[in-house]
Amino acid sequence: MSSQIKTDLIEINMGPQHPSTHGVLRLDVTLDGEVVVDCKPDVGYLHRGVEKLAEMRSWVQFIPITDRLDYLASMLNNAAYVGAVEKLGQIEVPERAEYIRVIMMELQRVASHLVFFGTMALDLGATTPFLYAFREREDVLDLFEMVCGGRLTYNYFRPGGVSRDLPAGFYEKCKAYIKKQREKLSEYDDLFTNNQIFIARTRDVGVISAADAINYSLSGPSLRGSGVAYDVRAADPYSIYDRFDWQVVTREIGDSLSRFLVRVDEIKQSLSIVEQALEAVPEGELKCRTLPRMKLPEGQIYYHIESARGDLGVYIVSDGGEKPYRLKWRAPSFINLGALNSMVKGWKVADVVAILGSLDVVLGEVDR
Amino acid sequence: MEVKKQTVDRPLDYIERIPGGAIITTTVDRVFGWARESSLWYMLFGLACCAIEMMAAGAARFDLDRFGMIFRATPRQSDLMIVAGTVTKKMAPRVKRLYEQMSEPRYVIAMGSCANAGGPFADSYAVVKGVDTIIPVDVYVPGCPPRPEALINGIMELRKKIKEETRTEKSERVNAGR
Repeated sequence: MSSQIKTDLIEINMGPQHPSTHGVLRLDVTLDGEVVVDCKPDVGYLHRGVEKLAEMRSWVQFIPITDRLDYLASMLNNAAYVGAVEKLGQIEVPERAEYIRVIMMELQRVASHLVFFGTMALDLGATTPFLYAFREREDVLDLFEMVCGGRLTYNYFRPGGVSRDLPAGFYEKCKAYIKKQREKLSEYDDLFTNNQIFIARTRDVGVISAADAINYSLSGPSLRGSGVAYDVRAADPYSIYDRFDWQVVTREIGDSLSRFLVRVDEIKQSLSIVEQALEAVPEGELKCRTLPRMKLPEGQIYYHIESARGDLGVYIVSDGGEKPYRLKWRAPSFINLGALNSMVKGWKVADVVAILGSLDVVLGEVDR
Repeated sequence: MEVKKQTVDRPLDYIERIPGGAIITTTVDRVFGWARESSLWYMLFGLACCAIEMMAAGAARFDLDRFGMIFRATPRQSDLMIVAGTVTKKMAPRVKRLYEQMSEPRYVIAMGSCANAGGPFADSYAVVKGVDTIIPVDVYVPGCPPRPEALINGIMELRKKIKEETRTEKSERVNAGR
């Protein structure tokens, strides 16, 4: 009976100040009763003109700005930009620096996924997992602080190496952290992942099929949640990832729960890579000689890595000078956000939060 | 009769002990100041990178709860707005609106270089050079991003300011738009 009563569609704003939009995202949601009919993400509230700023800074000066794009995974941003510069300039990276880079990148992935775990729980109304995840994240930040002095923005990678060596005591502390984190992960499972309420809120919610996910150009854990085993670390190996023993984690269904579980399992994979890399770090040089105002040859280059959010690409055009002529940042968050509309249609307003949370967008990267 | 020892925190200017209890003599400003500084509820409002450090300050290790500070999701229930991150030209009218939606007494902390003066993005075409160009700011916390300890220091400075400010001073300040 009630389905025959006609109601007007209403249009509501979620954001830009909304506790569950992970920053300053505005969603223009059209509702029929409580059911979402249409959802238009409105981005640009954090547009800082980073790509233009790159044209005003030298090759090395731009590294600290990359920290502030995807601020949950600064090391990975450093790696993408510095990797592109190295590819363009054909700069060799010493073996020891490569190992240190892998350790940092994977620790960063763990830290980023921990924030995802905490905020996803917070979005769905659970406060305690947020406190747990941030407690463990502080340990990772302590490791970063030992290495480069920063808690959030590191500025650690340099063309041809890293800025400084691993400090004394890093090896033991990192080992201890990995052991602790593994124990805590099972605690998380008991507390949150196997929680009936959480599963009821996320299972079969916001399903996207593998074909759709590929057509929307999703990448990262959001794509692997739909059963597509695409990971840049395996598909187009960079750095020294081919030397480690690890698996590309996938889930079949493509719902919010799958995307969540992919990230939780990726934490375990990353810890295993860090462990292997720690054992194998060779002695040797850290950095090739790169001048602060170096010049790169004329040309253009595209370089991509697997960031915590997906396929992060950097496209650089150089006119042979001290600065980039043009720099384009392929932000995985931005492209993943494009699939949101098709995923939330037909779901209730409360599910929008669960679906958006499972995409794990960072607005610094979306808006650039 | 034995007079019980009172363990009253601020504001106590003078305690007059009488049998069975005590009378506290103080000023209205002290009482209001004490009440305002002791439970600053801050708005859950993150703009950029600094918001992550603000979250870290509220989480397990730094634990803002010990200052009686809990985040609220709406400006209507908040006393303190921590502007954590880059204010862009598109966001600036919304920041102003949110500030206007908060009820008096309200306070603002500008967290990080971006909110203070534009920070590393000061030469960008899209960024507001300091949030104090749109709303009045009580405390500036430098850093890019400031550590949670720095934010807590800023909050303690604000508490000191709230404690010492009289109600007339505050309302004069509000009327003057400072």
